[in-house]
Amino acid sequence: MTDLVTDPIYKTDALIAEDIDAYLDVHQHKTMLRFITCGSVDDGKSTLIGRLLYDSKMIFEDQLEALQADSKRVGTQGQEIDFALLVDGLAAEREQGITIDVAYRFFTTEKRKFIVADTPGHEQYTRNMVTGASTADLAVILIDARKGVLVQTRRHSYLAHLIGIKNIVLAINKMDLVDYDQSVYDAILKDYTAFAHSIGITSFTPIPISGFKGDNITAHSEHTPWYTGPTLMAHLETVEVDQVSDQEKPLRMAVQWVNRPNLDFRGFSGQIAAGVVRVGDAVRVLPSGKTSTVSRIVTLDGDLEQAVAGQSVTLCFADEVDCSRGDVIAASDSPPQVADQFETTIVWMADEEMLPGRAYWLKIGTQTVSATVQQPKYQINVNTMEQLAAKTLDLNAIGVANLSTDRQIVFEPYAQNRTLGGFILIDKITNATVAAGMLHFSLRRAQNVHWQATDVSREHHALMKHQKPAVLWFTGLSGAGKSTIANLVEKRLARMNRHTFLLDGDNVRHGLNKDLGFTDADRVENIRRVGEVAKLMTDAGLIVITAFISPFRSEREMVRQMMQPGEFIEVHIDTPLADAEARDVKGLYKKARSGQLKNFTGIDSPYEAPLDPEIRIDTAGMTPDEAADAIVARLIP
Amino acid sequence: MVNAQTLTHLERLEAESIHILREVVAEADKPVMLYSVGKDSAVMLHLARKAFYPSPPPFPLLHVDTTWKFQEMYKLRDRMAAESGMELLVYRNQEAMDRGINPFDHGALHTDMWKTEGLKQALNLYGFDAAFGGARRDEEKSRAKERIFSFRTASHGWDPKNQRPELWNLYNARKAKGESIRVFPISNWTELDIWQYIHLNDVPIVPLYFAAKRPTVERDGMLLMVDDDRFPLAPGEVPVERSIRFRTLGCYPLTGAVESEAATLPQVIQEMLLTTTSERQGRAIDKDAGGAGMEKKKQEGYF
Repeated sequence: MTDLVTDPIYKTDALIAEDIDAYLDVHQHKTMLRFITCGSVDDGKSTLIGRLLYDSKMIFEDQLEALQADSKRVGTQGQEIDFALLVDGLAAEREQGITIDVAYRFFTTEKRKFIVADTPGHEQYTRNMVTGASTADLAVILIDARKGVLVQTRRHSYLAHLIGIKNIVLAINKMDLVDYDQSVYDAILKDYTAFAHSIGITSFTPIPISGFKGDNITAHSEHTPWYTGPTLMAHLETVEVDQVSDQEKPLRMAVQWVNRPNLDFRGFSGQIAAGVVRVGDAVRVLPSGKTSTVSRIVTLDGDLEQAVAGQSVTLCFADEVDCSRGDVIAASDSPPQVADQFETTIVWMADEEMLPGRAYWLKIGTQTVSATVQQPKYQINVNTMEQLAAKTLDLNAIGVANLSTDRQIVFEPYAQNRTLGGFILIDKITNATVAAGMLHFSLRRAQNVHWQATDVSREHHALMKHQKPAVLWFTGLSGAGKSTIANLVEKRLARMNRHTFLLDGDNVRHGLNKDLGFTDADRVENIRRVGEVAKLMTDAGLIVITAFISPFRSEREMVRQMMQPGEFIEVHIDTPLADAEARDVKGLYKKARSGQLKNFTGIDSPYEAPLDPEIRIDTAGMTPDEAADAIVARLIP
Repeated sequence: MVNAQTLTHLERLEAESIHILREVVAEADKPVMLYSVGKDSAVMLHLARKAFYPSPPPFPLLHVDTTWKFQEMYKLRDRMAAESGMELLVYRNQEAMDRGINPFDHGALHTDMWKTEGLKQALNLYGFDAAFGGARRDEEKSRAKERIFSFRTASHGWDPKNQRPELWNLYNARKAKGESIRVFPISNWTELDIWQYIHLNDVPIVPLYFAAKRPTVERDGMLLMVDDDRFPLAPGEVPVERSIRFRTLGCYPLTGAVESEAATLPQVIQEMLLTTTSERQGRAIDKDAGGAGMEKKKQEGYF
């Protein structure tokens, strides 16, 4: 223990003991840098982080004691301290099956506070690294000097660049194991430079280090007299972060919350994403486009004259302007765009694959809207940067795809503004965050296709038919009796002079949807199209009856959302699987059981029964005629 | 044209915390702030007052009481609730009360019943769907990986395999009925950040953080303060007056003091920086069940 405490590196700042007030003054003016370290344990990543914590005196005696004991017991460095053990708690947690995407470590020097995002492991790497990088100002890419630029170096660099990190440090580590040979360093640098330029990284800072021995970490190493650049710590302490360039951009602030304590005060709270705001500035509220002037910048510590990107503030306007959560306050002469169709890059983060056409929640800034992603244009191999054809995206896959939202959103290209260009996708049923994405640009279509207002309204159509439009959406297993009962319902309604149309699953697949198969993705698209057709028919005033297995809750919910409130009536034709299979009118269950037919609902593809349907028909308890009577009675009381 | 203004680390941390507090208020149905009266709670409360000013923070404070907190903590608690204009809810687990559960006789059961069970009962009673807590990632190894938004099942279980990735400053606060979120707005603050912020913003804290002469006894290598007459003294034992202060505050019979002369904030910070042991070292709670103590408590529903 004692030899460690007297280690010359482990000593506290003299200023603390001599003049605490002076010390506090220095530390009150510190800035902050968030960075991510990319590399595997083999590259010495944990050792490097441990070393940074240790050299900046962030290790307490009780932790050091434990570290020393552990180093002797399980360390890989003989009798010397194994810094990796300081941060390697993750391995044990992985064994317990705990998902760790990112662990955050903290250390400070007199110039800066640092937050290090440490992402473990090889599996799940893309998801973890993208998560950690999303909040980072800088990335440290570690290379083992003995191995040079590897596939993983390319992957890490690509992901850091993708997420928009402009400050990249190439830490060529383990220089002690190549005898601090400059030619090794130069060769790696040459290789990496060529690769970096090929993917669009225009500048980076290379530093030869040894995390284990401490070379060029906090002090210039006597072993590398040929290296004249900064030490790693000096670079981390002085590198310029984006704060200043963010302030030079036009004002952007997503409104989080409207502050209304009484009738005399109305403020709009949010964190400034870009630019500077001053009292008296002309601003525009998007998407409405209404303009006003900033009258006050309110904080608990008194009003401010100006506030800058990064600060959380409350703004008041000179005029009464409609503005609520989700709106964006912007410089009036330079507002962001508004659109509903985009080209995006999507990083898929869920075990369940992406389903093109399915509606997900999209959250961007403070806006949450419903969005669907089209089939990817291509997927990117993160190891080779090749573009591959893809129908969907699996866990950790990255692809480029078009995306549309159900209403216009305020955005900026991700390259210009992370806050208004970065989004997450949320599964509507499980509420899990399933993807992260970046908006690149809006599609022309969105700007050029406008909704054509027509004079004969949907109300007028319905009035002429003397009826209220509705969709009776039958769902249930194959062979449950959907088509039979739907047919009986339509006959009864026809007798009552109701204008109806029956959309049947099998029939639609002969025409409109004949290009679709039975994969999950195709099933989603099948239902989306039928939903759109049914919607047009309700606009025409019809009572629409649909008979589709429609196995997924999400898509039924999507169709429900398309319709006017109250017009979607979900009818669950509830038959136990055993009964439907015993009946097997079309012989399909037999084929599915024998493996001749794939993706058959109930056999090798799931059926998600409605949780709360408007009508539930228990086929074991009534005849088809009784069922039809019950449904009609419910529709026309 | 632009006068670039570089934000300090505390300004960036403050802005991030305020952003988190507002997101929860905008998206949750019924948020609450867990208020433990310690220094971290003090900073969290101060940030909430900043986030919603001139409105008072639009949620109540919840103190899950064990009846064993230091007297000075109760005093500050009541004062801060009054000053902030927030409703103060104090919850005590009735069963623990009836059975006389206390830290002297019941060890780990004390924390489990008063705090873990008490918290669950309180959240159920009021139907809160989001609860702010003052935990920090630097406090303890298992917290380094904790999300800012931590999801709990309807029975308050923490499913470590089912937590959501957090990208940029986009927090997914959607949840099914009955589920709830624990939110940690000061996740990225360190102990030093907390002290510096208290110093710069004159945040009121419990005087026990400053050294003073207080009656103490030694138990199992820990220096405990005799805060009231419920403290069981050995026959003939007389508490010793020592100049002590506390680095963290909890139930007084479970919280170890340090001998100290640091009576001002700069002195406290100085001592903290010169000290060579970590902050939670004085807390008995982490030592239960070995190193995995905190992890286990979290799965059971402890904050």
